[in-house]
Amino acid sequence: MFNYTFQWKQALARLPQMLDGAVVTMQVALLSMAIGIALAVVLTLFRLSRSRILSGIATSWVEIARNTPALFQIYMAHFGVASFGIHFSPWTSLLLGITFNNAGYLAENFRGALKAIPDTQARAGRSLGLSELQAFRFIVMPQMLRISFLPMTNQMVWAILMTSLGVTVGMNTDLYGVTQDLNALTFRTFELFAVAAVIFYLITKIIQLGARLLARRMFRY
Amino acid sequence: MFDTALSANDLIFLAKGAGMTIFVTLIAVFCGTVLGIVFGIFRYQVGPVIAAPLTFVLDVFRSIPLLIQLVLANAFLGMVLRLGMSGLTVACIVLTLYTSAYCAEIVRGAIESVPQPVRRAARSLGLSWRQDMTNIVLPLAVRVGLPSWIGLSLGVMKDSALVYVVQVTELLKSTQILITRLQEPLLLLMICGAFYFLISFPVARLGGYLEKRWTHD
Repeated sequence: MFNYTFQWKQALARLPQMLDGAVVTMQVALLSMAIGIALAVVLTLFRLSRSRILSGIATSWVEIARNTPALFQIYMAHFGVASFGIHFSPWTSLLLGITFNNAGYLAENFRGALKAIPDTQARAGRSLGLSELQAFRFIVMPQMLRISFLPMTNQMVWAILMTSLGVTVGMNTDLYGVTQDLNALTFRTFELFAVAAVIFYLITKIIQLGARLLARRMFRY
Repeated sequence: MFDTALSANDLIFLAKGAGMTIFVTLIAVFCGTVLGIVFGIFRYQVGPVIAAPLTFVLDVFRSIPLLIQLVLANAFLGMVLRLGMSGLTVACIVLTLYTSAYCAEIVRGAIESVPQPVRRAARSLGLSWRQDMTNIVLPLAVRVGLPSWIGLSLGVMKDSALVYVVQVTELLKSTQILITRLQEPLLLLMICGAFYFLISFPVARLGGYLEKRWTHD
């Protein structure tokens, strides 16, 4: 049917290398999510604070993260920052770019989640003698994280997909980078990237399944 | 930073890149929305079992990095089928399918948000399926779906930055070409980022405004 011979064996022979790449992809994505969630909580606090400067910083962070391409943010972390004489390795730039993006989107999710939590709860906490920060930490934040669990799962999937952009700043240890390097060696573009696509698909499915199981365990009423 | 080798010609080059970004985005959003509406209605209409293959394919588009979709499509159309398509065509096809995958989800959610009794009431008043769809479901579903659709369109604009892998010189790629020549990454990236921001931010605000307004009445 096609005037093309598929060479799946060549691609499958490189599967171990690609799986190593998948591990790096997972690593970067998980790290960026963990730091991203922490930063997003801080950004949420900044936005709630009465200080104009703090809420200004948080708002600009969120708007820039949400209104420019992730690829641009990774470029900025690599080439933009380099103009100040700070040179990050591709791995660090990728992590910084994705984390910046994650934190912005998650902060926006958290803001939506906050709307669903009645003000009276924080006030009740305050009248029981908790400080403002304690009321946030013990009453508001746990509910906020619970409500935004599903968006967080989606963001995690996005983080996995975004790691493929690392190749543009010279990353060659993640799944996409490894595949690209193998492609340069073997020229089996279609077969190699098809295998990479299957791995990416499986990773996202595993994450979604894991999140569902985790949610069932954590959020039993 | 202020004495720069950036010339008027370079700005025209950037503007061309920006034009390409907008062009690809408009095509992908338009065709993707049409396809997405068809897929969304189909999935809602035939139920989860019959629509399972379509659901799976659309899910694949949402679970694989766009970069890989573009490379794969380029390799398949170019090396396997040998169609000799231009990179721009491949980019438009892939982005269209990518958009439709997300759009189908939005459409299905929006249709499902219309309460069943409302639709049954419409049908029992003698409206045909089509009349029910256009006069009852459409106005109600648009209110639910439009804010997400605006978000999707902006997302596609941002994701269109990746079509450089199939040799389409859009805004970010032209910025990169200029960076290689002028060696002024910060200034050029700022211009590029400002462009994306200036398009995306007002539209995102509009989406937020519509969402707020429509949920209150």
